[in-house]
Formats: sequence, C-alpha cells, structure tokens
Amino acid sequence: MNRAVLYCCCAVVVLFLTVPLSAQQAPVANPSVTVSSAAHTNVPKDLNEKLAQLDQRVTAAQSAGDNAWMLVSAALVLMMTGPGLALFYGGLVRRKNTLAIMMQSFAMMGLISVLWALVGYSLAFGGDGPIIGNFSHAFLRGVGVDPNPDYAATIPHLTFMIYQMMFAVITPALITGATAERMKFSGTVLFMTLWFLMVYAPLAHMVWGKGGFLNAAGGRFPCLDFAGGTVVHISSGVSALVCALYMGKRIGFPKQPMPPHSLVLSFIGACLLWVGWFGFNAGSALAANGLASSAFVATHLGAAAAAIGWSVAEWFKNGKASALGAISGAVAGLVAITPAAGFVRPMPAMAIGLAAGLCCYFMVTRVKALFGYDDALDAFGVHGAGGTIGALLTGVFAQEIVNPIFGPGKPAGGLDGHWSQVGNQLVGVLIAWGFALVGTIVILKITDVVTGFRASEEQEVDGLDVTQHGEEAYYLES
Amino acid sequence: MMKLEAIIQPSRFESVKDALREVGIEGMTVTEVRGHGRQKGHTEVYRGREYTVDLLPKIKLEMVLPDKLVNVVVDTILKSAKTGKIGDGKIFISRVEEAIRIRNEERGESAL
Repeated sequence: MNRAVLYCCCAVVVLFLTVPLSAQQAPVANPSVTVSSAAHTNVPKDLNEKLAQLDQRVTAAQSAGDNAWMLVSAALVLMMTGPGLALFYGGLVRRKNTLAIMMQSFAMMGLISVLWALVGYSLAFGGDGPIIGNFSHAFLRGVGVDPNPDYAATIPHLTFMIYQMMFAVITPALITGATAERMKFSGTVLFMTLWFLMVYAPLAHMVWGKGGFLNAAGGRFPCLDFAGGTVVHISSGVSALVCALYMGKRIGFPKQPMPPHSLVLSFIGACLLWVGWFGFNAGSALAANGLASSAFVATHLGAAAAAIGWSVAEWFKNGKASALGAISGAVAGLVAITPAAGFVRPMPAMAIGLAAGLCCYFMVTRVKALFGYDDALDAFGVHGAGGTIGALLTGVFAQEIVNPIFGPGKPAGGLDGHWSQVGNQLVGVLIAWGFALVGTIVILKITDVVTGFRASEEQEVDGLDVTQHGEEAYYLES
Repeated sequence: MMKLEAIIQPSRFESVKDALREVGIEGMTVTEVRGHGRQKGHTEVYRGREYTVDLLPKIKLEMVLPDKLVNVVVDTILKSAKTGKIGDGKIFISRVEEAIRIRNEERGESAL
C-alpha cells in the first residue's frame, strides 16, 4: 500500500518536471534560426534558397489552414438553406404547403448555384465598376486554384467563389417566407432568376465588389457590411415586403387560424441556422484568423441576447415565453449581428442582439398587425427590420481595435468617435432599401406578365404540395 | 343490453381503465376525440397572433354491457374519471337491440 503511494508520488513529480521541460522545447527552434541567419553571409546561395523555400512553406501552411476553414464555412452556409431555412419555414406553414415551401428553398440550391457559375459570380465580383461587375469571369473563366488577391489572397479563387455562391443561394430563399402558401412554383423560379441577376448581383458588387461605391475599402460611401446585413438581409427583407404587398393576403387571412403545423421542424431548422451562421459570419473573415474568432464570438452572443430579448418581451406581454418566440429572437439576432460581426467587441454584440430581439418582436407582433400586410413567415419583420437595425448599429459600435477597416489608427465607428460612419451606414441602408424596392416591383411586373406568380384560389385552398408538386408531405395512410 | 359511452379527460384514461379491470370489465373500444361542453378552450399565441382552441382532446370509451353490470361500471367511471373541474366529460347510456359475435355468430348477451 505504502509502495503504491510512493510510486504515485514519483510519477506525479516526474510529470511536473517533464511538462515545463517539454513546454520549453518549442522556443529552441528560435536560436537555430538565428544561427542560420548569422551563417547567412558565409554561404548565401544555399541558405537563400532554403529561406525562400521556408517562406513558401509558411505561405502554403497558412493557405492550407485558411482554405480548410473556408471550405467548411461554405458548407455551413449551404446548410443554412437546406435543411436550415427549409425546416424553419417548413414547420411554420400549414401541412398542405410543407413541401412547396421546402422546395422553394431547395430549388435555389440548384438554380442559383448554376446561375452563379454561369454569370452571377462575374457580375458580382468581376471588374471594378461602381455598380455592377462585368463578364470577365463568366462561365468561371479565370477562376482556378490561384488566389484572387483583390478579395482573398490566401485561399484558392475557387474557394472564394463557392463561398460567395452560398450567400447568393440563401438570399432569394429568404424572400419565400413572405410569399409562402400562395406563390406558384413557375412564378417563383422566374422571379428568383430575375431577382438574383437584377438585385442581388449588383448589390453584392456595390457593397463587396472591387470599386463598388458602397465598399468599405475605398467606396464613395464606405458602408460597413461584414457578412451581408445590406446585401443579404435588407435586400431580401425589403423585397419580401414588396412581394407580400403586391401579392395580397392568403385566402382567409387574418380571420382564419393558420397556426404553424410543426414547430418541432422549425425548432430544428432554427438551431441549424444558428450553427450555420458561424460559417456565414466568422467565415466572412475569409481566413482562419483572429478576426474570424472575433466574428464567431460576436455572432453567438448576438443570437443569445436576441433570444432573451424576444422571450422577455413575450413573457411580459403574454405571460409565457414560447419556443417559437425564442427561436425567432435568435434568428433576428443573427440577422442583426451579420453586418457587425467582424467590427464589434463582444459586449456591443450583445447590445445589438438585444435591440434586434426587442425591435423584431415589435415589428412582427405590432407593426404587421397595424398595417395588415400578410408577410406570412415574417421575412420582412425579421430580415428587413433586423438587417436595418444591425446595419445602423454597426456604424455606432464598430471599433478600430477589432478591425482596422479604414487603416491602422483610423477610427471605425461611433465608439471610436467617428460618428459620421452612422451616416454612411444610413446611406448604405437607404440605397439597399431603394434598390430592392424598385428592382422587385419591376421584376414582379415582368413575372406577372410571363408566368403569373400567385396560385389560383382553388390551388391555394387545396394546398401547394398537391397542386404545384403532385405530392404530399405526410401521407398518413401509407 | 346497454351501450355506455363515456367521454373523459385523457389524463384520467389510465386510471379509468385500471378501475374497470378491477371490477372485471376487459372489453372496450377507445377513440381519441375532440370536443367541448361547458369547458371553454384556451388561447395559443404564435408570433403575436392569437388563436382560440375550443375543441379540446378527449377520450371516448364505448362498451356494451349486460344490464346487471351497468350500475357498477357507471359508479366505477364516476369515481375514477372525476377531477372535480369543468371538462371532466359525460356518460351516455342507451339500449342495444342486438349483439352478434362475428367469429361464431353467437347472439345476445353471450356475444358480449
């Protein structure tokens, strides 16, 4: 017995001795470097070659790390559309429209992906015009494994392209929340094709593209949008509102009850969205670096605070905190933190989330009822409103210490004393609103003439699953 | 022969079934139904939209009994299904003309 104790003590002592020793082994590499650079002058040729090789390997290692993270991020963002958004929206509709709304998201995974490769990527990220790109990368010409230093110098151009593709896929899918349960499939396909080409691609170029006039790096109105507050959420949210107004209410709205058919599906969808959003926001650092960590933390805290904000508001109002409220709040927070994620510290991130949770609750429960529009699944109330709040608050809370976007030492947002950035944000917000508004109206007119976009009354009553797709989500007799 | 239909709270179903087994009743037909009598429904709120749910889930028991067992069964159900609150349900009793066992075409009380 005593012996065993003795052995144990010895083992512990040995462990404690070896741990510091092994920890000290890392810096040993440094002296050898100094030695070799001292010897540098004596045998320059060999060592120069070696140093060049070393440089190359360091670059390759960084590229490997960054590329690994960016490929995972791209996959995470795709997961937000399917199954994330498809489940989130799928659970909120009535049973007879489940597959139709899921299919509207899934169709974007096919349609927009192909359009992106054909022309979309080039229109968004080709050339350096102020409003829209060009056709230099059409059919993915010149998009290979070599990085594109204009956007991301450490990852293959292909990775950057596919990562941005996933953003283009989810954005139109968000709109389908407003038109749910009454938009016919042919109309959806045509509308989304046009919307992607005429609204998304130009807006992405204005805000993120080289030479874009809202680009934070050198644009006329430098607008801070880290991961898509204007490009993704304001554009889709405002377009959603226009669609809901143009299309009219669902038959029976608001008198007939239309409760969600499965909040379990919505719950799973919202949780997948939350996880996928790490790829969306932290991936927008375009590298596996400190900025990605900062955006990751901001994203998570923003979502958490917003879930609390919405739930508390609901608890006060209805005496109960609902599951649907909590997940809606989280999504609202994720939307609002999107433009800010890579510019703000953790505490402001929580403030943004809390504000978004409370405001979106108010939008969805009060403002919608006041105006009586039928934004069926609250695409505008969550994405339009949340995106706008987030974009404006980014101007308030952005800090140079997190991301010296305007150059080292230059103030970023209001907290740094650069209050005029809020004005720049406002310009970005107004342009995104106006552009989405006008573009969507034009596209709706075209769609209306060519295919029509509202299902017939009979189809709407029978449900879109059977009438648009010839199948049912739940075949209970089989 | 009498037919007895009892509409009860779903939460009381297991104890009613156990109590009936104790007095020797094994056969019954059970349906999940929705309805309400004097009990008002409740409201559900989805993103600020309120819905009144007035048809509430209930359990309906149906059994056909020889006349002499009816009183015992009614007492048993009354005792085991009662919570004392509105919404405990009701029992309906009616006369049955005939009962036939499909397997061997027995008729009358021996078919029960």
